[in-house]
Amino acid sequence: MIPMQHFLVLSGILFSLGVYGVLARRSAVLILMAVELMLQAVSINFIAFAVYLAPDAFVGLIFAVFVITVAAAEVGLLLAIVLRIFRNQATANVDEVDVMRW
Amino acid sequence: MSVEEGVFYVIAAITVMGGMGVVFARNVVYSALFLILALLAVAGIFLLLSAEFLALVQILVYGGAVTILVIFALMLTRVQDMPAALDSPQKPFAFLAAAAVLAILILAAVGTTWPGQTEKINAIPLRDFGDALFRTWALPFEIASLVLMVALVGAIVLARGEDGE
Repeated sequence: MIPMQHFLVLSGILFSLGVYGVLARRSAVLILMAVELMLQAVSINFIAFAVYLAPDAFVGLIFAVFVITVAAAEVGLLLAIVLRIFRNQATANVDEVDVMRW
Repeated sequence: MSVEEGVFYVIAAITVMGGMGVVFARNVVYSALFLILALLAVAGIFLLLSAEFLALVQILVYGGAVTILVIFALMLTRVQDMPAALDSPQKPFAFLAAAAVLAILILAAVGTTWPGQTEKINAIPLRDFGDALFRTWALPFEIASLVLMVALVGAIVLARGEDGE
């Protein structure tokens, strides 16, 4: 059988790749993709804990469902915000979007 | 090494490869394609954890909807026309931060003795899972669907603009 730590280490690698992507990329869409990676890592952790630690509580699986739901909402909203910024400022580069009002 | 472990290592390698492709690729469209690879591989991990329902949801929601939206966003904002927008000057710090996070997570995962840990996967029957989701967790579930609806209506309003252009 696969020990639980294998899944935790995999999710750790995925999460730190996401951290790197969020900090190193400049385009809002690429940052969103890195955030998706981090959410995936969290889902793996939740499900691994659910099946290895608390087999009759389901809480991990339920949380994974909510993670997927919220991620879908987040992607839709972020796409709208990026389109709005792009229309106003002709850029999707987060370094250039630094004014609070215009 | 059992067959199961072999399958795990193959899928884990694909997942990490996809993730590295997302954050290191020089072409944004390749980034998006690597993201699809990583998301589908994570669905495989869910299957290995015997969460079949979540694996299917993963393929439907992420493999279908989310990646389409991301590719739409790439297309509409034309990020690929601005290669300078790919990586920011804080890249070395980003690398250090990510390495630190990785070290902490791996140390915590390997070093902790988890209470109540079992050696094998306790497959949760889909029937019990649905029961819990729609009885015990019915209210949070409804709130989640409300969140989803508000977010999508908000997205339409935001993208459309005040003057209805």
